Amino acid sequence: MPFKEELISEKQLKKKTIISFSVFIVMIAVAVIGWKWLNKQPDDNGTPKPIRKVLNYNEGIFSKLYSHNHLAKTFPLSAAVKKVRVNGSDGMSAGFDPSAWKLKVARSPGDTLFITLDEIKALPKTEIVFDFKCIEGWSQVTHWGGVKFSDFAKKYNLTSQTQMNYVGLITPDKGYYVGNDMPAMMHPQTLLCYEMNGAPLPMNQGYPLRLIIPVKYGIKHLKRIGTVFFSNERPADFWYERGYDYYAGL
Amino acid sequence: MKKIIKKHPLAIRWFHWINFPALAVMVWSGLLIYWANDVYTLGWSDKTVLKFFPDSFNKALNIPFRLAEGMNLHFLFMWFFAINGFLYVLYLFISGEWRLIFPNKRSLKESWQVVLHDLHIKKGMPPQKKYNAAQRIAYTGVIFMGIGSLLTGLAIYKPVQFNFLCNILGGYEWARAEHFILTILFTLFFLVHIIQVLLAGWNNFRGMITGFEVPTSPPEGSTVETASPTINKTENAI
Repeated sequence: MPFKEELISEKQLKKKTIISFSVFIVMIAVAVIGWKWLNKQPDDNGTPKPIRKVLNYNEGIFSKLYSHNHLAKTFPLSAAVKKVRVNGSDGMSAGFDPSAWKLKVARSPGDTLFITLDEIKALPKTEIVFDFKCIEGWSQVTHWGGVKFSDFAKKYNLTSQTQMNYVGLITPDKGYYVGNDMPAMMHPQTLLCYEMNGAPLPMNQGYPLRLIIPVKYGIKHLKRIGTVFFSNERPADFWYERGYDYYAGL
Repeated sequence: MKKIIKKHPLAIRWFHWINFPALAVMVWSGLLIYWANDVYTLGWSDKTVLKFFPDSFNKALNIPFRLAEGMNLHFLFMWFFAINGFLYVLYLFISGEWRLIFPNKRSLKESWQVVLHDLHIKKGMPPQKKYNAAQRIAYTGVIFMGIGSLLTGLAIYKPVQFNFLCNILGGYEWARAEHFILTILFTLFFLVHIIQVLLAGWNNFRGMITGFEVPTSPPEGSTVETASPTINKTENAI
């Protein structure tokens, strides 16, 4: 493919050059002003509003690709690490009394279930060895055991509740809280988890019961569940309030 | 009267200059994200030659503790990078410009001569059209790097939904490492590119903005087909 040639006057050459460079400089200005504008926008949970809008828009797109059939890759038991990383202790304040613990499930206003650990352990047990992914960028193959949230919901007649959009989870001290969308909660790999590496959950991993939700980043795997509730609006979320994406789906 | 040679179509100039800030923001926000788990080093067994990145580097650029900001920017500007890149590749095929960019049978051999020439070891360049052999390889390579960044990026962005993609890239952690390596390659490409643009001079740079170059000496009895040798006279930028 040959280049086209043209004969033009000096004046035309100058004019063409000036026009092109003017557009170029204006576009640089637009980019700089746009960047400054973006960073000056009112805050929406720790990030400028327009960016928050795009994150929500991304959620709209990528949640359409979500399927219960898309499973997190699982590994043989031997691949699970023995030393499981502990990355945070928000919501795990001292003074917690395990003997008094019961899982609170708010089915509707005024209708709250209190469920003991033994009752939860009596439900069908599911184990999973998967690559736990932290939003910081590290991951670790870890082994967990518990009851599928979907099995739990069936057993406790939460059918109408699981038609809602979100599940909220809060630690007993209310220091950590997350909201997860219902499809992710009902995913076949999502567990109310009471075992790690075949033994009861260690205290710093959220004894007696934590969430394991492999279709989300670690920030959504709340440790030491106190209360579970259902909502059509987004429940409060600890890291969402600190600038992170609400969806955090993998 | 002056002769001008129309070198870069308008569309390519727009794609190029949109890509530049988009990719710059992707690299910058990528640095903010990478900091939260900065595990990669260059070295062997117990010897570390280079840590990505040294603390002084992070400090100087004010990178620490900006993970959320980095992710949010990354997942906004990914659209500009991806859509612009997609349209660019589409344009290459529709317009036929790909013939000027993709390497041909001679490119591998000729690119060596170009390198020797650019390093002032050897005089004379093989004849070329829009781009010399080394440019063809570099520019095509960078297109594939862009595709690679999108695929590895998608694999670590949604590793469960794109389970298959993540697996063929060697799993989650490999995909992250590949994404990082591609970014390093992009910045190396950028450095060489800038040096070559500076060496090539004004005529070449102006071409990327106005679209045309002004031949430095009028080619004798040139036809449209042999317009390219005049472009040889200016060093083309990689």
